[in-house]
Amino acid sequence: MTFTREKDFGTPEAMGEAVSLTIDGQEIAVPAGTSIMRAAAMVETDIPKLCATDSLESFGSCRLCLVEIEGRAGYPASCTTPVAPGMVVHTESERLRKLRRGVMELYISDHPLDCLTCSANGDCELQDQAGAVGLRDVRFGYEGENHLEGCKDESNPYFTFDPAKCIVCSRCVRACDETQGTLALTVDGRGFASKIAASQDESFLSSECVSCGACVQACPTSALIENTVIEKGTPDRSVVTTCAYCGVGCAFRAEMRGEELVRMVPWKDGKANHGHSCVKGRFAWGYAQHRDRVLNPMVRGAVDEPWREVSWEEAIAHVASEYRRIQKDYGTRAIGGITSSRCTNEETFLVQKLVRQGFGNNNVDTCARVCHSPTGYGLKTTFGTSAGTQDFDSVQYADVILVIGANPTDGHPVFASLMKRRLRQGAKLIVVDPRRIDLVRSPHIEASHHLPLRPGTNVAMLTAMAHVIVTEGLVDEAYVRERCDTEAYAEWAEFVSDPAHSPEAIEELTGVPAADVRAAARLYATGGNAAIYYGLGVTEHSQGSSTVMAIANLAMATGNVGKEGTGVNPLRGQNNVQGACDMGSFPHEFSGYRHVSDNAARAQFEQDWGVALDPEPGLRIPNMLDAATDGTFKGIFIQGEDILQSDPNTKHVAAGLAAMECVVVQDLFLNETANYAHVFLPGSTFLEKDGTFTNAERRIQRVRKVMEPRNGYGDWEVVQLVANAMGLGWTYTHPSQIMDEIARLTPTFAGVNYQMLDERGSLQWPVNAAAPGGTPMMHIDHFVRGKGNFVVTDYVPTDERTGPRFPLLLTTGRILSQYNVGAQTRRTANVNWHEEDRLEIHPHDAENRGIRDGNWVSLRSRAGETTLRALITDRVAPGVVYTTFHHPDTQANVITTDFSDWATNCPEYKVTAVQVTPSNGPSDWQQSYRAQAEQSRRIEPAEPAE
Amino acid sequence: MMSNDERLAYMAEQIYRNFAAQGRDMAIASTVDHIVSFWDPRMKAQAFAMLDDPAVRLSDGARAVFEKLRIETGAVG
Ligand code: SF4
Ligand code: SF4
Ligand code: SF4
Ligand code: FES
Repeated sequence: MTFTREKDFGTPEAMGEAVSLTIDGQEIAVPAGTSIMRAAAMVETDIPKLCATDSLESFGSCRLCLVEIEGRAGYPASCTTPVAPGMVVHTESERLRKLRRGVMELYISDHPLDCLTCSANGDCELQDQAGAVGLRDVRFGYEGENHLEGCKDESNPYFTFDPAKCIVCSRCVRACDETQGTLALTVDGRGFASKIAASQDESFLSSECVSCGACVQACPTSALIENTVIEKGTPDRSVVTTCAYCGVGCAFRAEMRGEELVRMVPWKDGKANHGHSCVKGRFAWGYAQHRDRVLNPMVRGAVDEPWREVSWEEAIAHVASEYRRIQKDYGTRAIGGITSSRCTNEETFLVQKLVRQGFGNNNVDTCARVCHSPTGYGLKTTFGTSAGTQDFDSVQYADVILVIGANPTDGHPVFASLMKRRLRQGAKLIVVDPRRIDLVRSPHIEASHHLPLRPGTNVAMLTAMAHVIVTEGLVDEAYVRERCDTEAYAEWAEFVSDPAHSPEAIEELTGVPAADVRAAARLYATGGNAAIYYGLGVTEHSQGSSTVMAIANLAMATGNVGKEGTGVNPLRGQNNVQGACDMGSFPHEFSGYRHVSDNAARAQFEQDWGVALDPEPGLRIPNMLDAATDGTFKGIFIQGEDILQSDPNTKHVAAGLAAMECVVVQDLFLNETANYAHVFLPGSTFLEKDGTFTNAERRIQRVRKVMEPRNGYGDWEVVQLVANAMGLGWTYTHPSQIMDEIARLTPTFAGVNYQMLDERGSLQWPVNAAAPGGTPMMHIDHFVRGKGNFVVTDYVPTDERTGPRFPLLLTTGRILSQYNVGAQTRRTANVNWHEEDRLEIHPHDAENRGIRDGNWVSLRSRAGETTLRALITDRVAPGVVYTTFHHPDTQANVITTDFSDWATNCPEYKVTAVQVTPSNGPSDWQQSYRAQAEQSRRIEPAEPAE
Repeated sequence: MMSNDERLAYMAEQIYRNFAAQGRDMAIASTVDHIVSFWDPRMKAQAFAMLDDPAVRLSDGARAVFEKLRIETGAVG
């Protein structure tokens, strides 16, 4: 693809009935509500414009877009004038040209004339429009009062604001309001004195700005410009690809200059993001070039030895012979693999194939184990499929939005912007979360109810809401009769009606006033279309699966599944966690969620792969580690996951890894897990390979290679090398062939192929004969499993209890600028926003302990101890503390315990009983860990060839 | 922290408790079904070994579950 700017229609798309009009003699029919500017652009007539762009509502301030309309006086602005039936419009005339030149002259007279040396030269709308209106000369001179002396704001590490280049079109202000919903920018002053200001005239960095980049994208000049464009120059080609950070799955144009990435610009046609992005996908891609990246394979005999750089051939041969040796010594089931939610569908499919076909067992698991495995279990049990019900756009039709255990503005920012737009339009919001997340109160948004429950009481809370709905007669009975298993419903209704489950009865347990719970339940049941969005605050509990099922029960009872604006929507964490699960990464399931004991499914794979497959489920990650410390599990292949940092009870993970004889880590960096590895295989970034990711809406999107892998191979190629060294004889030459195999073996992917993805941009599974174009919304007429299944969800309190030794409850989460274990984001300028993990503690609890803001504190649980600095805030309730887990030095998971979800073993990250005390510095564990890590990271360079 | 044996027994007991609202017999049956679907052969063998080891103390729920599991999977008792 060569470089072309995306077409800008000037104003957003409209949805009305068709209206016919004539523009410059051309007849056209467009939806009512369309502006004249957009209608003209649709017939390739580009009316000059400056303040309009099609991602924003029109504003009508620059007066450059004037047109003539037969029968109307004057020269209306085409961006703010809607089409009307029979209208006859002229976009060009001598009079119009003169008017436009006059307007442009005024702009240019207050603009530096350094086009040739300007960073945006060739990519500037002001420059283009000056040309378009034929401006050759400026009559007013440049001597008068102007803004050319304004001081640049270079505080943001990713973009620069140069007021001298600003034409005060307010596109940035409107982008921040309408697209992002942060409302960080204003036009300060009036008339000639007006200027753009961030928050209370602060620098961008210290303002409320979240660095999403929407304003930069909207700016028609170089007033707001990416620093990488200033440094590297404007791009000369672009490739559409998908963000590799979170489960929103934003589509981007990777804009390149030769082999170098200049900038990532959110793609307007991206169905998940519609041209919006967050700071991570937009700016935090510098890790791909970071000096810490390991580019050569490495091997060592023992984990206390330094690494030895070796050739790919030697590394791969070593891996294969070690795995075969271990299987000979300890049995077929003594090795396994972990697939990565960061890698592509094709790569995860290959890793699980390596395990099932090559290792001959089902010991494969994925990082979804520690995040959304309860979603898989819960939604499969109730609805029949392990995925969310809606697409993101569905939120635009919601009247009531219930957010539970999720913090979308930090975790899923682009979807949060869409949700906030709907909330600003008047949809009602219920937040169920121990912490006062930003959504509870933000500009123009206020939750109708915030239920700040004690961590670990989700099931009791949801059952109480169900109690209100059933006992107050708010059930959608017709829906339940027609769509659900009525016997299961009757049993569930009887269970929840028990007075022991009333809001009053559980008030003491959850700490939330019964009246609030009743009001929230009534609003959810009666407020119109009601949609539930949830995250890891639901799943990462000892009753994570029960909570998911309790959510599904609520949605079914109120008829809120199967239509726009409703549904049960897990906000998935990682870019491809949905895909990793779909691809058969779980030890009990093949791709498409078919159990390994299902003879028909197994036979299909056996025939395709030419081997007999194990009908018994394999080990999950925590079970692998247990088996390792028991001495029966000896080797593992870990692709793109840092289990030592991300999994609970770090000491147990370390002991498990230390007990193995061949730990192979494939990653970009020497991550924490690699401290215990015997072989390190360098990984490739999403910019360096082809493939697909599947986002939280089941949307399959292409990942396209924009540059050669710096390590030599895409990750799928490395898995193939290992497979072939083990004698499997794979012959893939392109990931599209892997997708063809996935489609052949997976009914829900039957119609997926690269050609169709390229044609349509994206597809939401199931894609098959029944739904050749994919399935944006599921369970429309009936549930996938037939009748919706109500499941009794009894509240079983966690065994992780507070007491005199550990009186506080720790819960964990993440923030906008960092991503999970931070391996990538810590290697970018995003550290400007989050240099370290802090412990949020309520002022009351801090005072009782003599802790001041910023003090070092020790955080201790039954599992271990760490130190970090305190942040005193009333965002958390008394008795609750909160931290993120982005930095290895903090090792928040030294603290978390090995309690887990009863059904899936998803760790109980969200509830740990702890004590917090003042401290002077790092704990013993932190010190010895640091020493071990340093020791383990030594690298001996390869001996030069003779 | 728990030993691996303790953890396995705890897992069975925890699953059982989450099905307890179904009544004892159904809860045991559901727990066994769950284990058949999700536990690997080594974990099941470990459960049977615990049943046979007089030194291991199992909760009522876990014991009942493991016994029924042994019968259902045809493992030799
Ligand atoms: S910074 Fe750019 S978008 Fe904002 S007002 Fe100035 S020129 Fe317009
Ligand atoms: S980067 Fe985003 S949040 Fe910051 S000012 Fe621009 S639009 Fe607003
Ligand atoms: S919201 Fe998620 S997918 Fe979108 S740019 Fe940010 S991190 Fe990437
Ligand atoms: S583009 Fe229409 S008034 Fe500015």
